Amino acid sequence: MAAVQETIDQVKLIDVDQYKYGFESMIEMDKAPNGLSEEIIRFISAKKDEPDWMLEWRLEAYRRWVTLTEPDWARVNYPKIDFNAISYYAAPKSTPGPTSIDDVDPEILKIYEKLGIPLREQELLAGVKTSKIAVDAVFDSVSVVTTFKEELKKAGVIFMSISEAIREHPDLVKKYLGTVVPTTDNYYATLNSAVFTDGSFVFIPKGVRCPMELSTYFRINEKGTGQFERTLIIAEEGAYVSYLEGCTAPQRDENQLHAAVVELVALDDAEIKYSTVQNWYPGDKDGKGGIYNFVTKRGDCRGARSKISWTQVETGSAITWKYPSCILRGDDSRGEFYSIAVSNGHQQIDSGTKMIHLGKNTSSRIISKGIAAGVSQNTYRGQVSAHRKATNARNFTQCDSLLIGDRCGAHTVPYIEAKNSTAQFEHEATTSKISEDQLFYCLQRGIPEEAAIALIVNGFVKEVIQELPMEFAVEAQKLIGISLEGSVG
Amino acid sequence: MLEIRNLHARIAEDGTEIIRGLNLTVKAGEVAAIMGPNGSGKSTLSYILSGREDYEVTEGDILYNGESILELDASERAAKGIFLAFQYPVEIPGVATMQFLKVAMNEQRKYRGEEELKTPDFIRRVKEAAAELKINPDMLKRPLNVGFSGGEKKRAEILQMALLEPNLCILDETDSGLDIDALKIVSDGVNALRSPDRAVIVITHYQRLLEYIVPDTVHVLYKGQVIKTGDKSLALDLEANGYADIIGAAA
Repeated sequence: MAAVQETIDQVKLIDVDQYKYGFESMIEMDKAPNGLSEEIIRFISAKKDEPDWMLEWRLEAYRRWVTLTEPDWARVNYPKIDFNAISYYAAPKSTPGPTSIDDVDPEILKIYEKLGIPLREQELLAGVKTSKIAVDAVFDSVSVVTTFKEELKKAGVIFMSISEAIREHPDLVKKYLGTVVPTTDNYYATLNSAVFTDGSFVFIPKGVRCPMELSTYFRINEKGTGQFERTLIIAEEGAYVSYLEGCTAPQRDENQLHAAVVELVALDDAEIKYSTVQNWYPGDKDGKGGIYNFVTKRGDCRGARSKISWTQVETGSAITWKYPSCILRGDDSRGEFYSIAVSNGHQQIDSGTKMIHLGKNTSSRIISKGIAAGVSQNTYRGQVSAHRKATNARNFTQCDSLLIGDRCGAHTVPYIEAKNSTAQFEHEATTSKISEDQLFYCLQRGIPEEAAIALIVNGFVKEVIQELPMEFAVEAQKLIGISLEGSVG
Repeated sequence: MLEIRNLHARIAEDGTEIIRGLNLTVKAGEVAAIMGPNGSGKSTLSYILSGREDYEVTEGDILYNGESILELDASERAAKGIFLAFQYPVEIPGVATMQFLKVAMNEQRKYRGEEELKTPDFIRRVKEAAAELKINPDMLKRPLNVGFSGGEKKRAEILQMALLEPNLCILDETDSGLDIDALKIVSDGVNALRSPDRAVIVITHYQRLLEYIVPDTVHVLYKGQVIKTGDKSLALDLEANGYADIIGAAA
């Protein structure tokens, strides 16, 4: 059992050094005092120059939030969060809000460069092989720049920060905000509704296929802050959009909170493909520090024949609490969830999805691949339900877990509920270990241990990687390799 | 090419001694058959030669091209040209056979300081070798060994052997689970690889395989030692008379 023992020993040595994005940058910030109150919410709203209705919406959410208690049903353990020890707003003094690329603080541009996210459009174009990707760069509490805005506008696509959208397209925001994840939804979503700072707004009008991939890159930089992202994507009848989201944060001893809400609305025949590569700082080898990632993501297949597809690669965060879901309201609508969740060190992941079948002939597919190493805990939690009128609802679920070493855990918690007798739900689950035999076989062919583990793991997650846009697929494969570095000899 | 001197080895986990003072020499160009009753240590020997860490060498040495390989791990030994065709090839889900071949070939080249294969060159080599072994190109797209029949698995082993061009090939009961047609294809594949600078060790229970892969030497392994060495007629003797006489004589 030598090889596995070695693997376990190596996992114990796992260190923060492997987190490439852990650097801290000194940017002078305009920051709200710590604590949460109506005053702070007024402060945020004023900073964002918001209309009164938005402030009222936030205050209502806040008043509700104070009456709620934190949920504890997830399989994660962490000390109680002191919500008054967090600052709810931090913006770079030099770039307090969205601006043109020439006015963004060069220091901030440098940070994004270092992260491998070029924001200058000419640099993006110079990036030869890849197709164009428009980026909204969110730095702590504000979006600093959104690229290719003009070009997108010509196609009728609106892509901007949510703060701008509230000012520039209040009717659209009012019409859709909170209609998928209501302010009353859950503890963190309610908190987010009260204090959200920035995120992206995407509107694809009827019949338009978005001419390029859209993406938002979230960076937490400032100490002692929380990031409260709010993203809203609307695809009108027959529209199509593929949206990518990436995230990183500096390595710190303290835990930082990221509580996001993402809402997707797909009308008749529309399709939204939403991909995430989540790489928040996971904490050090003793489990100190790291991001608490409490996220509510939900898509509403509101129209007939609409389709929403979530693909996520989760490698970061100390704690992940996240269930990107689909409400299959429209007849013949389809929801998909493809997930790779990698946990190493002391990370805890409780993630999965909900597929709520309401319309007729709705179908959904769930492919979840959990990989646990170190002393991490990796839980898949999913719900599939068919309501009374959901005739011919179909679901296929496959949950596979791969364990590396013998001190980590993988758990699968499926909830399945069919109130319509014509529903057909299938659930398959497997748990396996990288076996001695597999490792030795690869070694015997001249493949060194680290490359062998990477090969086996990539084989394990292949079905999901295939769902990612090309540029992201390569990144994701590398990232999975890096996350498991040190879990092999 | 291979010289095993007074080798003693045991199972690392529980200390059970399996190989007890084994001596064996295999020259370049030679095909050596190793036979013996169940539990005599045949498969263990193949694992020890290829560097499986479940076994500990407590005494003696293994010289490969004149140098001890005891300090080398399995992947280093492989890159130096030691190949084991497994009795039970292992499934690697999600990894296409083609992809696995490419990674293995390039990792070995990397170790030897050679350049990676260019894709067209790689594909040409695989296609040629696969055709020789009557391997359907579709099989190469499937995950390695997953859902392969017994015959397909063994052919995939010989395909890897042909592509990796090892110096020392160890075939561990390659005949098990093969029907006569598959046995012929596999044997032809092995015979095609016979060359003056390559040695082959064939581990088998039965004379049957040795009708197709004719050995230069035959060694009888019993309780972790080579108790008799002869030429191919020894295998025929064993087939006719069993192991009892030889074991009795050695005891």
